[in-house]
Amino acid sequence: MKELICIVCPKGCHLKVDEENGYAVTGNTCLKGAEYGKNELLNPMRVVTSTVRAEGGAYPRCSVKTAGSIPKGKIFEVMNALDSVTLKAPVKTGDIVIKDVCGTGVDVVATRNL
Amino acid sequence: MNEQLYDVAVIGGGPAGLAAALKARENGAEKVIILERDKEEGGILNQCIHNGFGLHYFKEELTGPEYAGRFVAQLEGSGIELWLDTMVLDLNADTHEIHAVSGKYGYCLIKAKAIVLAMGCRERTRGAIGIPGTRPAGVFTAGTAQRYVNMEGYMVGKKVLILGSGDIGLIMARRMTLEGAKVLACVEVMPYSGGLNRNIVQCLHDYNIPLYLSHTIIDIQGKDRVEKAIVAKVDENRKPIPGTEMEFDCDTILLSVGLIPENELTRGAGITIDRRTNGAVVFENMETQAEGIFACGNVVHVHDLVDYVTAESSRAGAAAAEYACGKRRGGRIIEVSNGDGVTYTVPQRIRVEAVEKFAELFFRVRNVYSGDLRIVVKDGDKTVASYKREHLAPGEMEHITLPKVILDKVQGDITVSVEEAK
Amino acid sequence: MVDVAVIGCGVIGAAVAMELAKRQVSVVVLEKNNDVAMGTTKANSAILHAGYDPEPGTLMARLNVRGVEMAKQICEDLDVHRKQIGSLVLAFTDEEVPHVEKLYENAKVNGVPGAKIISGEEVARMEPNVSPVKCALYAPSAAIVNPWEFAIAMAENAVENGAEVRLNSPVTTIEKTEKGWLLKTPAEDVEAKYVVNAAGVDAGKVHEMAADKEFTTIPCRGEYYLLDKTEGTRVNHVIFQCPTKVGKGVLVAPTVHGNLIVGPNAEDVDSVANTAAGLAYVAEMAKKSVPSINFRENIRNFAGVRANTDKSDFVIKMAAEGFLDLAGMKSPGLSAAAAVGEEAVKLLEEAGLSAPMKENPVTKRHKVRFKELSAEEKAELVKKNPAYGRVICRCETITEGEIIDACREVIPPCSIDGVKRRAGSGMGRCQGGFCGPRVLEILARELKKDPEEIMQDGAGTVILTGRTKEGGERR
Repeated sequence: MKELICIVCPKGCHLKVDEENGYAVTGNTCLKGAEYGKNELLNPMRVVTSTVRAEGGAYPRCSVKTAGSIPKGKIFEVMNALDSVTLKAPVKTGDIVIKDVCGTGVDVVATRNL
Repeated sequence: MNEQLYDVAVIGGGPAGLAAALKARENGAEKVIILERDKEEGGILNQCIHNGFGLHYFKEELTGPEYAGRFVAQLEGSGIELWLDTMVLDLNADTHEIHAVSGKYGYCLIKAKAIVLAMGCRERTRGAIGIPGTRPAGVFTAGTAQRYVNMEGYMVGKKVLILGSGDIGLIMARRMTLEGAKVLACVEVMPYSGGLNRNIVQCLHDYNIPLYLSHTIIDIQGKDRVEKAIVAKVDENRKPIPGTEMEFDCDTILLSVGLIPENELTRGAGITIDRRTNGAVVFENMETQAEGIFACGNVVHVHDLVDYVTAESSRAGAAAAEYACGKRRGGRIIEVSNGDGVTYTVPQRIRVEAVEKFAELFFRVRNVYSGDLRIVVKDGDKTVASYKREHLAPGEMEHITLPKVILDKVQGDITVSVEEAK
Repeated sequence: MVDVAVIGCGVIGAAVAMELAKRQVSVVVLEKNNDVAMGTTKANSAILHAGYDPEPGTLMARLNVRGVEMAKQICEDLDVHRKQIGSLVLAFTDEEVPHVEKLYENAKVNGVPGAKIISGEEVARMEPNVSPVKCALYAPSAAIVNPWEFAIAMAENAVENGAEVRLNSPVTTIEKTEKGWLLKTPAEDVEAKYVVNAAGVDAGKVHEMAADKEFTTIPCRGEYYLLDKTEGTRVNHVIFQCPTKVGKGVLVAPTVHGNLIVGPNAEDVDSVANTAAGLAYVAEMAKKSVPSINFRENIRNFAGVRANTDKSDFVIKMAAEGFLDLAGMKSPGLSAAAAVGEEAVKLLEEAGLSAPMKENPVTKRHKVRFKELSAEEKAELVKKNPAYGRVICRCETITEGEIIDACREVIPPCSIDGVKRRAGSGMGRCQGGFCGPRVLEILARELKKDPEEIMQDGAGTVILTGRTKEGGERR
């Protein structure tokens, strides 16, 4: 039995995941929590939020995120990939910054207009 | 002098001000203006590039800039005037006059039928908590560091110690790590964290950053830039325990030690302030004790989630529009006070006749509680409402809904408290 | 070869430079730090004492009373914040009454104008928040001042009148030459006919570069609280205590910015670090005078070092031929500063310096202070220059225009705190949290520097350690 704190929403439910019983989750208050509990033990995933360089806008950086969760183990690889990107203004929220970042199948997108 | 007349003037263009202005406009206020001191609207959300915003309000997980962007998009075509780079210098609560200055508009006198205060909050500083030691460069509030890192693209240090486990501190622990700094530890004087559990997991645990509860910094060393911090365990009275000292070789200390509503204008206008919240005392519709002046968001009390700021500010905006259109509220007032385990309530006063179906009550608790808990509302000695809870923590804002049918029966004033089952 | 080299540009060096530069004398001021007013001048009680403390007949007694009188005109001419609010020395017990009476006798002999002993009832009327007392010495000539502005204004006036201030120029060795003295610094050496040693806590070291040891410096730390403006009206006068067995007693006073200053303690250490014990002592002692002070409104702690020596008086005399010491400038050094400048010129003239007055020296300085203007004046100013319409420091209402003015002063700042000392930004309750990044941006732009080169205060007080997106430890 593994105890976890759910990070799906700000509520922070205290989950119990039973590895020996098909990763059955208790302590969750929603379905997403059950899914998180199972995934966290099998294949933990995270959304990465960061910035990339930007030229010609009000600020020298533009905020970005991975449009979905990526494997936790690939966070720093994604960060390294972001280092080499420079956007040119104008940028719109949702613009794709890197397609299929690090082979995760997930795009990095801009999260602001610049 | 540039003189202007409005139905509703909103001071502050962060999440609170944007929501209030949009709602006021939607509810019939013709001329609405937002006065924002920064060069862009959106407030502190612009630098909060992490996600976790909007789960309640938009039912999806957004980053700060995206959350602000949703409201900014609604501004276009709404007819609301937005003045950026405009600082309000003075507010007159009797005449509803606002003195403001801006490079673009000059020195202005703005009169409004209703005014909404949405100035937000600021961070507590090193001085406010009096950390001994030298005063080298490298001690930042977490929010200042966040601005440098996320907006301006600068690093503020390489080896970082974080004091305080408020959400901004936790978020910055992860952010600095991702940008290549080494975060040595997060130190919290209380026996529990001031931030959300999910942030402890995804900002500290994910990156193996230790969290020292019941610890504090007792000495900062370094002549020019921070060179070292001495951390010690504290006893139940938050006094350092000799012999428990640890040394951290860090060049940076980030402070996440609390937020204070920014009420200089409010105080200057003579509007009643609640010592517990450091914000204005408000009625059920977020009207302050000065008629026609409303307040919402972190300037009233520090919220944990922006979603709740938006909801509260929409109520304030609607009420401001109602006032601008000539409707007045009155009648019997119920005073709401905090009982055992509760540190404050918002609103502090409820005008029963003005309540339509229910009144919403927000508050924070004094301690971490878990088990079979009740939030109890009493009219004198008599319990009029009780709400079941399993977990309560000071880091999380609590909320109950009081139906009008219950309020109608209340004889005196009410008290909200936490009760633990025996 | 210059006529006079002044070592140190704190308030004493600045006062001397100003007095000299009004005359037909070439002056170079050598300051070891990256800005002027960086030593004791920037961390003290910010008080112009009336002059009843020093023993009659001492240099301290004469120069204090004269200095405070001179400061009145200087602050008016150079647009320096100063407020003559008077001071009270409290006698809590019958045992302390003779001390107050002794100070009153000093006041009479030293020529302190208007000093008198007032009753406990009168104190209660003047200061409702002060603890009950037997009596007090009231000295109406005591004033509060912005100490670094006082020093900067005098240094700038010196520059306006032709003096040269060289920053980042610590004097490493001093050699006697045929015509005067050769001062070596890591940058450029200076040869001067006369040298004035105004090196503050380092005056002993500088003295010993030119002459045999005559006095020992005993740096003495004092710790302070600076409280928010919400506490700024707690008292109306500078409130002193009588010294006791436990210590000298701490003062409580409003500042010219509207804050409340509380301190100092006294500890013989050469450090500007704050300590938990020192601060606790200061708070406890202050509460003896004013029990209602709310220390939760603290916005900053700091500590300064007094340039005490083993001599009881200031050390103001020729240490060698053409070499003038202005050493041991402990309290009331700030109060005496202007008179020390005057005294220094007199002593240099006696030593042979020819210093006739210039025909039309600059005597005035004017600063734009947006928040002190009327609504009409503000409107007019913003219309002329929109930069005065952009408020950068929200706590203190300091505009971009004022920060640009500060960056363009004759001695420009190179740090965020340098801007703070000139424009007042970052002085408030958020302590530069909001305005710091914006001031940094404006300063970098005005000085045409990379933002990473902008310091917090002195050399080495690096704020930014690089840029994001460069990987750091990650790679």
